[in-house]
Amino acid sequence: MKKELIQDAELVSNYLDGNENALSILIERHKQKIYSFIYSKVYDRDVTEDVFQDTFIKVIRTLKRGKYNEEGKFLPWVMRIAHNLVIDYFRKNKRMPKFDNAGEFSIFSVLSDSSLNAEKAIIKDQVESDVRRIIEELPEDQKQVLVMRMYQDMSFKEISERTGVSINTALGRMRYALINMRKVIEQNNIVLTN
Amino acid sequence: MAKIYPKASPKNENLLPKDETVNFLLNYSKALRVLKYNKLKFEALLN
Repeated sequence: MKKELIQDAELVSNYLDGNENALSILIERHKQKIYSFIYSKVYDRDVTEDVFQDTFIKVIRTLKRGKYNEEGKFLPWVMRIAHNLVIDYFRKNKRMPKFDNAGEFSIFSVLSDSSLNAEKAIIKDQVESDVRRIIEELPEDQKQVLVMRMYQDMSFKEISERTGVSINTALGRMRYALINMRKVIEQNNIVLTN
Repeated sequence: MAKIYPKASPKNENLLPKDETVNFLLNYSKALRVLKYNKLKFEALLN
């Protein structure tokens, strides 16, 4: 163990003296550990390759700038750089490691996306547009009550105060508004389902 | 109960960087020069 640490330190020293071959030996010696470490975090070969490359670019730049503080800990130092770059990668992508769905159980069978897809969103818009056109066909007093109740979320008490009619009249207008809408929908075979 | 666990990720025996990546790093190292001027350090890639 000690022998290896000394060797790393010697290789770093040789590299700093201009021996490029020393870097080649260092990379060969530690590439498997560092690459595996990165892969264990990101689970993606291409990303691992990128992070591995960026790690050693940082190593090379730091060494050549004379900023490396030799304490016989070359590998832990490189691992720390790799770790920081993995964190940077996740920060940049704002996502967690991918779930490897290789097994027979699919996580997507219990998780559903509640947001509408493009097709359903178009259908929903179409249905809402049709409903509005039908409402426009209603007599003015019924339309007024229905809009206040359904779109403005007013209570029948508020509607009666606003329109100057009794609550029962407002209720009646709402009832007829719905009956008339159903009639129009049935007569014109309008499909209002999503 | 076992069904809710996916199979363990396959062990990747061959977890090594591509040769191109290693070669790139070695060439990058050969090309990189740090030039010192007073207290400033400049990097130059000499290809």
